Amino acid sequence: MTDTSGRTLDFTARPAALRRRHAAEARFRMAGRLAILLAFGFLVLMLGAIAHTGTGALKQTQIRLQVALPADAPASTDPAKADFGGLLKQALRARFPEVSGRKDKRRLYRLLSIGAEERLREAMLEAPAPGAQERVLTLWLPASDEVDLLVKHDQPGRLGEQEQRWVAQLRESGEIRVAFNRGFFLNGDSREPELAGIASALAGTAWTLAVCFALSFPIGILGAIYLEEFARKGRWSSFIEVNINNLAAVPSIVFGLLGLAVFLNLFGLPRSSPLVGGMVLALMTLPTIIIASRAALRAVPPAIREAALGIGATRVQTVFHHVVPLALPGMLTGTIVGMARALGETAPLLMIGMVAFIVDIPGSILEPATALPVQIFLWADSPERAFLEKTSAAIIVLITFLVFMNLIAILMRMKFRKRF
Amino acid sequence: MSAKHHVFVIALALGAAAAQPAAAREQIRIVGSSTVFPFATAVAERFGKATDFKTPIVESTGSGGGLKLFCAGSSDNDPDITNASRRIKPSEVEKCAANGIDEIVEVKIGYDGIVLANSADAPQMSISLRDLWLALAKNVPDGEGKTRPNPYRTWADVNPDLPDVRIEVMGPPPTSGTRDAFVELAMEGGCKTFDWIKAMKKQDKKAYKALCHTIREDGAYVEAGENDNLIVQKLAANPDAFGVFGFSFLDQNSDTIQGSLIGGVAPEFELIADGSYPVSRSLYFYVKKSRVGEVPGIEEYLAEFTSERAWGDDGYLADKGLIPMTPQERAQWARTAAELVPLKLE
Repeated sequence: MTDTSGRTLDFTARPAALRRRHAAEARFRMAGRLAILLAFGFLVLMLGAIAHTGTGALKQTQIRLQVALPADAPASTDPAKADFGGLLKQALRARFPEVSGRKDKRRLYRLLSIGAEERLREAMLEAPAPGAQERVLTLWLPASDEVDLLVKHDQPGRLGEQEQRWVAQLRESGEIRVAFNRGFFLNGDSREPELAGIASALAGTAWTLAVCFALSFPIGILGAIYLEEFARKGRWSSFIEVNINNLAAVPSIVFGLLGLAVFLNLFGLPRSSPLVGGMVLALMTLPTIIIASRAALRAVPPAIREAALGIGATRVQTVFHHVVPLALPGMLTGTIVGMARALGETAPLLMIGMVAFIVDIPGSILEPATALPVQIFLWADSPERAFLEKTSAAIIVLITFLVFMNLIAILMRMKFRKRF
Repeated sequence: MSAKHHVFVIALALGAAAAQPAAAREQIRIVGSSTVFPFATAVAERFGKATDFKTPIVESTGSGGGLKLFCAGSSDNDPDITNASRRIKPSEVEKCAANGIDEIVEVKIGYDGIVLANSADAPQMSISLRDLWLALAKNVPDGEGKTRPNPYRTWADVNPDLPDVRIEVMGPPPTSGTRDAFVELAMEGGCKTFDWIKAMKKQDKKAYKALCHTIREDGAYVEAGENDNLIVQKLAANPDAFGVFGFSFLDQNSDTIQGSLIGGVAPEFELIADGSYPVSRSLYFYVKKSRVGEVPGIEEYLAEFTSERAWGDDGYLADKGLIPMTPQERAQWARTAAELVPLKLE
């Protein structure tokens, strides 16, 4: 109670102070808006730059070539028996008959990718049964990465004047086209940028995350439920709580070392497999899931528990019929945050052998595999310039994967929210 | 429900995997140097395409890390082959032997040049090893038989013949094998051109190493990370800067950057191959002899790697930036690989 006699509260008398306060508020709002604008600008810049470079990887330069098959062309498509490389060289020489000399010929052969042999093999499989006469196949064959860069981005790279002239010639006569690069989504990794694809890394990531989810989701949720709803609060539970909080801050490489020591060396699980990768990432995501789930459980009003217990439900019934369904959206959010972190990890995977060149697409959790971020890292580190656009395209795929995961989480959250 | 089901499947898989850890492996496992990685993967890919064997798995672990894994044992979970951008050390051979790996086959595959390069828009530099060391060392001779902290700010301060441009070199961090090789070949090579420093090597090897191997830390040498592509891009943007990296990156970007002449020799394919370019190192891989026959395809993989179409003068590895050995050397090492002659360190 203050004595206000002699002092009247006149709100209009101190407009200066009021103006200052309003100005401060406006400034703060402005700063907030600016911060958001800036963050958004950087995001757009980053995504724009990646999208700009990455879209190139979706297209592939192809060269049309008429490959003459000799009359006795082998019906078999066994690569050991048929000399596909030889047939292609012959076809190239037929297209550019003026080229002579060993060195020039070698330059000429380098216009085509080594993947062209594979394409020719496929074409011979599709082609009608060999007749007696000589046959000519007209094929669109993948060009080498350097020709690809020249045609798509006008970067000559290592190509000399002569090669550029050949490419210009082919271009004029319509024997070069830029087509959709299906291989990027269907192929495994390759040392040749024009053949490299994302499929093996994508499959590896999918398997790894499946293992990670299958382990960390049930364990994390049940652990959180027990700690929050059933465990007696005491020295032990607070000791465990401190440890879980600490684990969430441990650098991820440490989990990789643990995986190497325990899963590989002690248990003898296969190196480079998504099984081990998923187990290591599960260890890493567990603390995140437990912490988020406990927070979600704590946010359920105690009245719900009391009401359920009051009408005679057991503790388990209370928790599983009433508390968990209400906490589930929060739990799912925590899980997705943890999984998203796991999706972008490379450091722990290095220790367990998943930073590797793997061509074959893994078909199970026991086969060797790599993961999307690892693939990005490996491509970014390659000397061939054409890997630059592959790197960006792989980043786009990774981000799409992430958005997809988040979308699932949002959908599930909405579904559960409607029920209660 | 589905979560429970998943747990069950995983538990089954775990049990199955743990029950038979010794199940025969179908493909070769390779680890080791990130410098050899592009070459080993190129061979592995062609090998996988051309034969019925599965494509080998190649991991990029670094030379030291690779040899550590390699020497850990000879089970299915250990690598069969390791790549190295340096020779195996006696201590590593001992460690291998202690783990029951007595017979290691050494195969030299070629050379890698380390280049000093700048933007193609700037004039090409020609520098001696001595000047290069003087420009990049932490401490340099003061002319009276003592050392002082590096006072040189521009290249012209080191040698008036060099451009009057601030010294700015981007190179790999100490964890990189390229850095090790650069320090040993280029820095030490320039350092020991001073007679009194060379004499120091016998008396006080530690001080000699500290003087010759330490790169300045005052901002003239920028540790640009392990990613050489990044250095190349920065060079293209900044014509005054120089970069240190492997030859394959110069080779792939020869339209935007150029290599500096070192000791009057340009970093060109032929000049590295014949040994006249001073900053080059040998690349190797090591094979466990006991695993040949256990893991399918090792002999065939060696044959592919040592074939002329791979490591020859016109082979696909040369295309990827590997500097081939002389035909005689190739013939000799190919024989070693074919007959699986075990390594003997003298």
